[in-house]
Amino acid sequence: MGSIAVSTTINGDNVEFLCQADETLLDVLRDRLGLTGAKEGCGTGDCGACSTIMDDRVVCSCLILGAEAEGRSIETIEGMANGHVLHPLQTKFLEHAALQCGVCTPGFLMAAKALLDTNPDPTEEEIRFWLAGNLCRCTGYDKIVRAVQDAAREMREGLS
Amino acid sequence: MSFDATYQDQKFSAVGSRPVRPDGVDKVTGRARYGADFNMPGQLVARVLRSPHAHARIVRIDTSRAEDLQGVKAVITAADLPDLSEGDQSLYDTLDNCLARTKVFYDGHAVAAVAAIDAKTARTALKRIEVEYEVLPHVVDVDEAIKADAPVLHETIFTEGIEPKPETPSNVANRSEFGHGDVDAGFAEADSIVERSYLTEQTHQGYIEPHACVASFNADDTAELWVCTQGHFVYRQKCANLLGLDVSKLRVTSSEIGGGFGGKTHVWTEPVALALSRKAGRPVKLVMSREEVFRASGPTSATSIDVKIGARGDGTITAATATLRYSCGPYADIWAELGAMTSFACYDLENVKTVGYEVLVNRPKTAAYRAPSAPMAAFAVESSMDELAHKIGMDPVAFRIKNAASEGTRSSYGPVYGPIGIGPTLEAAQSHPHMHSPLETNQGRGMACGFWFNFGGQTCTDLNVNEDGTVTLAVGTVDVGGSRASLSLVAAEELGIPYENVKTVVADTATLGYNDMTDGSRGTFSSSMATISAARNAITVMCERAALTWDIPVEDVVWEDGHAKAVGVKHGNLAPLSIQEIAAVSGKNGGPIAGHSELVADGAGVSFATHICDVEVDPETGATKILRYTVIQDAGKAVHPDYVEGQYQGGAAQGIGWALNEEYVYGADGRLQNPGFLDYRIPVCSDLPMIDTQILEIPNPNHPYGVRGVGETSIVPPLAAIANAVSKAVGVRMSHIPMSPPRILAALGGETEG
Repeated sequence: MGSIAVSTTINGDNVEFLCQADETLLDVLRDRLGLTGAKEGCGTGDCGACSTIMDDRVVCSCLILGAEAEGRSIETIEGMANGHVLHPLQTKFLEHAALQCGVCTPGFLMAAKALLDTNPDPTEEEIRFWLAGNLCRCTGYDKIVRAVQDAAREMREGLS
Repeated sequence: MSFDATYQDQKFSAVGSRPVRPDGVDKVTGRARYGADFNMPGQLVARVLRSPHAHARIVRIDTSRAEDLQGVKAVITAADLPDLSEGDQSLYDTLDNCLARTKVFYDGHAVAAVAAIDAKTARTALKRIEVEYEVLPHVVDVDEAIKADAPVLHETIFTEGIEPKPETPSNVANRSEFGHGDVDAGFAEADSIVERSYLTEQTHQGYIEPHACVASFNADDTAELWVCTQGHFVYRQKCANLLGLDVSKLRVTSSEIGGGFGGKTHVWTEPVALALSRKAGRPVKLVMSREEVFRASGPTSATSIDVKIGARGDGTITAATATLRYSCGPYADIWAELGAMTSFACYDLENVKTVGYEVLVNRPKTAAYRAPSAPMAAFAVESSMDELAHKIGMDPVAFRIKNAASEGTRSSYGPVYGPIGIGPTLEAAQSHPHMHSPLETNQGRGMACGFWFNFGGQTCTDLNVNEDGTVTLAVGTVDVGGSRASLSLVAAEELGIPYENVKTVVADTATLGYNDMTDGSRGTFSSSMATISAARNAITVMCERAALTWDIPVEDVVWEDGHAKAVGVKHGNLAPLSIQEIAAVSGKNGGPIAGHSELVADGAGVSFATHICDVEVDPETGATKILRYTVIQDAGKAVHPDYVEGQYQGGAAQGIGWALNEEYVYGADGRLQNPGFLDYRIPVCSDLPMIDTQILEIPNPNHPYGVRGVGETSIVPPLAAIANAVSKAVGVRMSHIPMSPPRILAALGGETEG
């Protein structure tokens, strides 16, 4: 099968790659572009460990074909920090010990960023339902929710 | 060097604080490398062919059409992993589970594997392998499997622990018994007796990272393995034994691990990946799919348990018995035995007897799952405790306090307890505001206790004082949830230096002595003990260097606050030497400074917890909502309280999933019906409330800082606490876990149980 040439934007950079028609965006990111921050926990869109942001929408990159990235703008965990300056969500996840094994963390951070980008002051219930597509088996979600709340507060105060 | 591990009361400066973990930034930026995030030059991709049958004889395997496919570099079957077990049944079982030899024992049992240039070629090759099966009758249910007419998995297994030896083979692999006193006499003294049978379904650890490894077998018969594991030294040992390698020739590096909870204490595909690499002559990457994880890696036991407890009118338990049947998959282990040991460990009982039966079924090999076997036994016992308290008209907490074990109690499984936390956790529960908050219609409150042994084991660490006075600590226990932060705190505490000046890493198997796995809640307990020992050895060296610098007897040098200090009036003019100053001149003064430690961390203090839970049950749908949840547990000493709380919360959340949703569903054909996170539903963020925690600190007398393991006990009480809460909410005793909506509707009347 012939490869498909794709031009896209990843973390603000223009990127071109070749992929097979049946190859997922997750496989492209991990296996062709070396961006292994997105994880494959299930491959069926059930765990959210591969969450990335495509044109301002959080998606499971295991459910998107690599070819669908054509002309889009993709954000991955590798682009979340600004150089050595961490995003407030990243800082708060560390301060609140919101990760144990950490394999779900990139997905949670991407999903939480998409939430706060559109809703800077979510209720606990809104946070919990927004993040319901991301599975964490270690933490019981308590410290994750607190970290997101704290990051939201700090980001709001930073803006005001 | 001798090391005194006895607890010494002291004021801590680093231990007990909550700094950011050393591996944290890598994990929030996506840089941390897990099992599947590593690649090697020339690497092949492996895929495994698995049985579609629950029980079948392998008549013939023809791999020739797969081998002929362009891009396929190796195809292996059991013939490529010769039996080197030499009578070691456990090793043989591991081998047979990695690649089936004569029979397949469960849906998903591996029969062959392929290494190819890419995943698509490997998948295509699997379809070209022809396996002829003779399908055999199967049994997946634990109670069905012990019946006389059940299909027998192994003609060679006759129940152990029964005299005389049975004449016919059986699916009951062994019988174990624990207890003391005379239970018949005890029941005769009881004013009230409750007796009930319970069922729990099989659950999976549900770690988010599937098993993954990269194996590289070299032309000189040495090999390397990169793998997500809870114990790389144990994986080295197992893989070396299975492949016939000298241990020194296999180097295993543990990747960051994306959850394990016991499931990554057993080898699964790693020997297969090594065998493929050996045959192909190239590195091989093998990553399980989620479906494979469910079908072919570590679920816990399904159980069937009978409990009988009797008490006098004043609440004193006079006798207690439990009969526990635990499924173990196709290979015998000690799961029922652990259940029998833990059943009544919370209580001080005059007459107690527990009997465990290890039951072979056509399901995947049972693997450890966080306090393995204890949650199911606690579900049965703690449900009965609630029922009995109600029957004699006592408050359930007061009833437990009256019978709680304490220092000096002879436990139901044998040993006599030292200082323990069951009483204090119960008293904390009794006075907790949660116990006294109001409830509304369709709501119920439950509580329950839990016990876990905790484990210590073989441990080895190296502590290196770098030339600038910072410290690198190399440990051999895999960090599953923040132990590098805890161990850095312990080294900082002992040396009297800032936390930021210590960097802890997990060493690979070639660079440190043998370590047992991170299991049994041993990681921080045992490696902190070894870290303290290593730090004290390094301090000895630094005091010697200071004595040399000052030209005074080493006996006149002490270590305080990160400095060597000369003691005695005659040395009054000697300013203390900091660790930086000592390290800076080490090159001219005796060479590198290091402390080493190798020990068996005995004396892991037993652990107890009490949980409180409020639920609301929707009578129309049978759905249960967790309204409030409180965990109270003894940590001995919480080294990094954030991660102690995290263990409490995580265990509770897993228990909530087990209690309400999670179960393996098998079809009549013996095939797993729900091998995915959509149909095997673990709790999501919107299912749970905040989980409150209360850390008690009752020092473990056998650890210098009083530390006890904290990782596992938190999953023990939830099944019972939630069952007690749901039973109160619906007015019917719930005796079958999980309490899914169909089961709750059935209990409410009318509907058939799902």
